[in-house]
Amino acid sequence: MADLRINLAGIESPNPFWLASAPPTNSGYQVQRAFEAGWGGAVWKTLGDPILNVTSRFAAVSFNGQRVAGFNNIELITDRPLEVNLKEIYETKKRFPNHTIIASLMVEPSQEKWHEIVKKVEDVGVDGLELNFGCPHGMAERGMGSASGQVPELVEKQTYWAKEAAKTPVIVKLTPNITDITVTAEAAVKGGADAISMINTINSLAGVDIDSWNTIPHVGGIGAHGGYCGPAVKPIALHMVGECARNPRINIPISGIGGISNWKNAVEFLLMGATSVQVCTAAMHHGFRIVEDMIEGLDHYLDERGIASVMDLVGKSVEKYSNWGDLDLNYKVVAQINNDICINCNKCHIACEDTSHQCIDMLKDPSGNSLLKVREEDCVGCNLCAIVCPVDGAIDMIEIPSGLPPMTWNERQAALGVVSCESNK
Amino acid sequence: MSNVNQVRISVENLSRNFQEVHPGLTKQEAMEESNRCLYCYDAPCITACPTGIDIPTFIKKIASGNVLGSAKTIMTANPIGASCARVCPTEELCEGACVLNHSTKPIMIGNLQRYATDWAIQNEQILFQPGKKNGKTVAIIGGGPAGLASARELGRLGYDVTIFEAEEKAGGLNTYGIVSFRLPKEISYWEVKQVESLHVRIRTNTRVGKDISVEAILENYDIVVLAIGMSSVPDIGVSGEDLAGVYDAIEFVKETKTKPISNQFLKKRVAVIGAGNTAIDGATCSVRLGAANVKVLYRRTIEEMTAYEFEYEFAKQDGVEFRWLTAPKRIIGDGQGHVKEIECIKMELGEPGEDGRRRPVPIEGSEFTLEVDAVIKAIGQSRYVDLIEEFALEHNGGVIKIDHNTFQTSNEKVFACGDVIFGKGQGEAMVVSAAQQGKETAHAIHKSLFHSVTETS
Repeated sequence: MADLRINLAGIESPNPFWLASAPPTNSGYQVQRAFEAGWGGAVWKTLGDPILNVTSRFAAVSFNGQRVAGFNNIELITDRPLEVNLKEIYETKKRFPNHTIIASLMVEPSQEKWHEIVKKVEDVGVDGLELNFGCPHGMAERGMGSASGQVPELVEKQTYWAKEAAKTPVIVKLTPNITDITVTAEAAVKGGADAISMINTINSLAGVDIDSWNTIPHVGGIGAHGGYCGPAVKPIALHMVGECARNPRINIPISGIGGISNWKNAVEFLLMGATSVQVCTAAMHHGFRIVEDMIEGLDHYLDERGIASVMDLVGKSVEKYSNWGDLDLNYKVVAQINNDICINCNKCHIACEDTSHQCIDMLKDPSGNSLLKVREEDCVGCNLCAIVCPVDGAIDMIEIPSGLPPMTWNERQAALGVVSCESNK
Repeated sequence: MSNVNQVRISVENLSRNFQEVHPGLTKQEAMEESNRCLYCYDAPCITACPTGIDIPTFIKKIASGNVLGSAKTIMTANPIGASCARVCPTEELCEGACVLNHSTKPIMIGNLQRYATDWAIQNEQILFQPGKKNGKTVAIIGGGPAGLASARELGRLGYDVTIFEAEEKAGGLNTYGIVSFRLPKEISYWEVKQVESLHVRIRTNTRVGKDISVEAILENYDIVVLAIGMSSVPDIGVSGEDLAGVYDAIEFVKETKTKPISNQFLKKRVAVIGAGNTAIDGATCSVRLGAANVKVLYRRTIEEMTAYEFEYEFAKQDGVEFRWLTAPKRIIGDGQGHVKEIECIKMELGEPGEDGRRRPVPIEGSEFTLEVDAVIKAIGQSRYVDLIEEFALEHNGGVIKIDHNTFQTSNEKVFACGDVIFGKGQGEAMVVSAAQQGKETAHAIHKSLFHSVTETS
């Protein structure tokens, strides 16, 4: 059994699986059920001045019959009185002292407000704070959430105010609704943040009902944009985590959030620099019990590789993530079709023929059986055929030695005496 | 077996036994299954379908929620696609060719086809528009699968089409010959209605050669299509065939589709002679009419049996017994003109005959008798030789000779398709093949008159 305990900026947790600040962490009852199920930590549903919610709050995107490929919500922060939440946090922490409780906070951008709420939540024994600068809907219209998270100066200033009062570590949760997330991440660092978490949800409209012409969801016939999350956003989140992790000016731990649905997704985020992962949509889809497989799957993964601690995974792929200009122009792969596994659906052929480089031929072998073959000299190694192939192992992308030494674009331009592409910042 | 039987068969409510056996897919099931289709390019299922339905396309249309478009795709290629969804031997055709046989399990193409066509039936959709009239008249003799398919295509091409149908309703085998629990007649009626919507006239209860003369047909129409199919089951050639209680399997099935279900077979013992799909229909109908024991007697073995594997399995689940290498020798009456016993003789397989199948040879002295209340003959169908000769067409034992490229008979204005051109050693006489021949005949007619490529979209 590998050691699954983590330490994120001084916050200890029995495992890296935390519930994100969201509907699943709305109450003590829920968080206690989550801890019983095995979740290592929970970021409490964002505390602040209680708000009013509307009904009809969630919507999801199905893809080819697969439910909840993406998820959208227009629910705001907690609608329960602060005192009730504080009491339940206290009781939950008392019952589960080894589990991690982080208080998510959102108040108006004033020093006094931040000092006040930080003191209140730390008094009931939370392990850390997460400043919600990310919610894109509703609260943003009132100058909070992503509205303040999109302005680097406000991120820095509010982080600073929270830190002035905080005794526990401060995590700044960032919004993805910004051109370059490293800018606000750096602002958090400047404000004194102990860690950052990302991503909050992405501005979204889940759909339009083609029968009623209403938005999805709608509130009495009127809709408003929500925040998008779930499996569909994972690549976006992973990119943002990676960009922050490889930026030398953002040298604080990261809690990864965005579409994490299983232990494999979690491993990806850990490898790309996250120390903990936060999960919401998968739990909302299937219940808290999914964490059992997440923990076990991660444990088996580590054991199989002889890795003693999950902390040893953190950031191991970061150095493999770079700029386009650092990619080797002389590296070449081509597609190879394994005809003994191929089932002749011809999807690779038509994808290549219509939309890529016309290098997969539909042939017949001497006994008249259908056969697909790649003309390697015309294959650009784009991977499209392997992507559309429905059978595992039928198409391999094979490295073809070019016989040339590695040469990146940047190296090539430098060798040509041309000013190279400006590397990433 | 008897337990299964008790669940499947009700002796209290015989009509229930004739309701369709398999429920259609639910919307949810259809969505899940249609999303599983890979949408192959140059898909082998299309090639395996005798009518060449663009199967991946109709399945994708189910998945996208365009069920009307799906039904159109199916019915464009196959004018009796709703019936075929139920009666095609899909595991030998489209589903047998599905590439997923090589990785997981094939798509339920037949069930999805039924889902889309059922939707069109329930929503009373009219799928096609008649073509602009081109001034040519066509008489189609026979409103079965081949005749209907031919009429549908000709209607879309603008021909003035009249179908002459001997029975009260069109649809042929689909209406009368395939058991209700496989193919309810309402499905066939809907397909007939689709054809009628193209301004095709169907003159039912009109037997050519009796109710209207062959001369009148040949005189009054530019083109004649002979799609008369096959006739009744021939005699076995043993004594006692004229006894009460001896039935023609096709007539026997037809009764269950056209008359109230009777209880005259309740607790009776039935012997079915033959082991093709019609024999299976006769046997399973008998079980569903409440027969106590049903035996299929076949003079060859399971290897030579022409019934589809799934039909055979279905009959076994109904509790039908199979006696291989058993031939009837005579049917014995009770002295009052009714069947009492059937004397059989055991056979063994000898040398291969003309068709390559080993001939059954009687074993001397192996006679035995079975007590039976009814005998159902299902040893194939005879031909409408007289009618063919009235048309003065060249034929080979009732199989009309045609040019296989044009479906033209020895009379160039008479075309023929369907079972009437189906000869020995040509594989299986499938409903779906008849439909394709009907289509091709229409296209050939159009080509011969207008020398143009067929465009029916």
